[in-house]
Amino acid sequence: MKGRIEDYRDPRLTDELLRDIREAAGRISSRTVSLMEVCGTHTMAIARYGIRSLLPDNLKLLSGPGCPVCVTPAGYVDAAVLLSRDPGVTVVTFGDLMRVPGSDSSLTSAKASGADIRVAYSPSYAIELARQHPHRKIVFLAIGFETTAPSLAWSILQAKENGLENLSFLSACKLIPPALHALASSEEVKIDGLICPGHVSAIIGTSPYAEIVRRYRIPCAVSGFEPVDVLLSVLLLCRQIAGGEARVDIEYSRSVREEGNRKALSLLQQAFEPADSAWRGLGTIPVSGLKIRPAFSAHDAEAVFGVDVPLGKDNPACRCGDVLRGVISPPECPLFRTRCSPLTPVGACMVSSEGACAAFYKYYQLEQKKGSRPHGD
Amino acid sequence: MAIESDRILIAHGGGGTAMQELVREIFVPAFNNQFLEPLQDSAVIEELAEDRLAFTTDAYVVRPLFFPGGDIGRLAVSGTVNDLAMAGARPLYISLSVIIEEGFPVEQLRAIAHSISATAEEARVKVVTGDTKVVEKGAADGIFISTAGIGVIETDLEICSDRADDGDAVIVSGYLGDHGIAVMSKREGMDFTSEVRSDVAPLAGLVQEILDADIEIHVLRDPTRGGAAAALNEIAQSSEVGIRLHAAKIPVRPEVLSACDILGLDPLYVANEGKLIALCPLDHARKLLALMRKHPLGANAAIIGEVTSEWLGHVIMETEIGGTRIVEMPYGEQLPRIC
Repeated sequence: MKGRIEDYRDPRLTDELLRDIREAAGRISSRTVSLMEVCGTHTMAIARYGIRSLLPDNLKLLSGPGCPVCVTPAGYVDAAVLLSRDPGVTVVTFGDLMRVPGSDSSLTSAKASGADIRVAYSPSYAIELARQHPHRKIVFLAIGFETTAPSLAWSILQAKENGLENLSFLSACKLIPPALHALASSEEVKIDGLICPGHVSAIIGTSPYAEIVRRYRIPCAVSGFEPVDVLLSVLLLCRQIAGGEARVDIEYSRSVREEGNRKALSLLQQAFEPADSAWRGLGTIPVSGLKIRPAFSAHDAEAVFGVDVPLGKDNPACRCGDVLRGVISPPECPLFRTRCSPLTPVGACMVSSEGACAAFYKYYQLEQKKGSRPHGD
Repeated sequence: MAIESDRILIAHGGGGTAMQELVREIFVPAFNNQFLEPLQDSAVIEELAEDRLAFTTDAYVVRPLFFPGGDIGRLAVSGTVNDLAMAGARPLYISLSVIIEEGFPVEQLRAIAHSISATAEEARVKVVTGDTKVVEKGAADGIFISTAGIGVIETDLEICSDRADDGDAVIVSGYLGDHGIAVMSKREGMDFTSEVRSDVAPLAGLVQEILDADIEIHVLRDPTRGGAAAALNEIAQSSEVGIRLHAAKIPVRPEVLSACDILGLDPLYVANEGKLIALCPLDHARKLLALMRKHPLGANAAIIGEVTSEWLGHVIMETEIGGTRIVEMPYGEQLPRIC
């Protein structure tokens, strides 16, 4: 059923859902229940509406690996910085990648040192630049999940069709289901339910989650992004857990079809092939990335510039992987609040302002300050 | 005498005849007044009363130069006038420095000068001194403008960011985020169904009415770069208080909200150029709100929150669904070069 956007933000509905959630969570008696929101957009919505502050104490929300910027490894940033130092190259990137730390530098620092780095909202800007400046080599930093990848695939196809020889893409596109398998198959995993990404699911459909349920018996709910969506998904998961069930509930039925979006999937198929991929904090996950097919190697920056994307130096003490798996909470990481903070992030979970560690950092500080008075009375 | 070229030449900044022509033909007629007319190195202005003076300066590098609802000229005057007004001052005189890139169209310069003149008149300030430099092509991006301003503080009130007090009401003068979204959508070539216009305007008149109304104002701020979030965080920090906002009460146009959704922005962080935030004791807030709503620049004013003794140094938002979140100080600029 489609409704007006206001309906999905209606406080009367959310109050009702919260009451039902408390009731259902109360039936999961013995322990803390950890639900992971996989997608960065869910993390943002949860923060924006203050949803954590409304949930019962035994319900914890963990932020998963679904923020494409956060999981882009240092080595990829290193390769992009290296390319940007070529005076003939213009690097085009989504804005939020600018501050992500590489091994020694970031795109922000490279730009300040004179590199030609442009921020774009869409890869079509890179196509336009390539047309306007035939003598400059334009490199688009192609990062994203199944949601962003179809528009990147389309742009790669366009580059070839229009003979834009000066346009190439450095792909670090990633796939969500293999990352979920990697998290779920970990022996220490502490995830009781997955809030699955609505936008990604609109592309890939729901069968990948059925596989997660079958293999690991983790309840799944495919969720939209408004507060009513998120709370309804939390409720559906609580009810599954309380009843000892595990299945895929589709909360976001207004956008998600079981078979996904065939047209988008076909675009992906044409431009990309699956490949192993490195995730910041999680290491290399088999067939979790998208590599540009050899037929388009003229537009594959790795082939054009002979770049070998290095693994990069993730700080060995960083325990983002354990945080993402729900094994430890952020303060248990030795770098938390010492070397790693929102202004100088080390790991994936601190990079995005709403990553698990960044969120914890803020609330931790505030809990200390709440109610304190400036003169100590 | 007419300017012989329709493009700005390096010679127009050379201090010779070409520059005299440019100044006499474009700037003097636009800002015509007795203090500017002698065209000396300094304007000698009439003695300012025994009041306290407010003095400010600012630079403008906005792209594009002309955007829905305004242009760099209107922005330059409004920005400086508003900085003075936020100190409780009545703006009187402003200076104008322009750095022009060689090749800049004279027609556009004329349009900008006209806009500066119209906005100055609206704000009741005089442009009394100025400077023109022309730099080689590529050394500037079209035109940069720098303005300084002087105003007199006639009120006895101490209006300052560190004066917020427990229990104060937080009031905004209207819809948030219009300027940033107007500039962004024009710059990015985004075509939203209904055009968002910048709110750029001089607020001196509105502030004067507030000051004349015997309302105990503690803080006045114009939420420009960094938006309301940055302004409120600064107030919370310098006053060592907490500020609690109510999301459902914050006025944002639906089209600005949709644009923000598309661009992944939060309207609280988007720049405004014709809005103010006022803090005053709760028992004065109704009167202030009624007064603001009668003024064209405050028609959509709203009480959006209050000062608390909790969460010291922080801004907290009660969300539409009753949750709580922190409104952080922005790290850098959310949108580069919008003012």
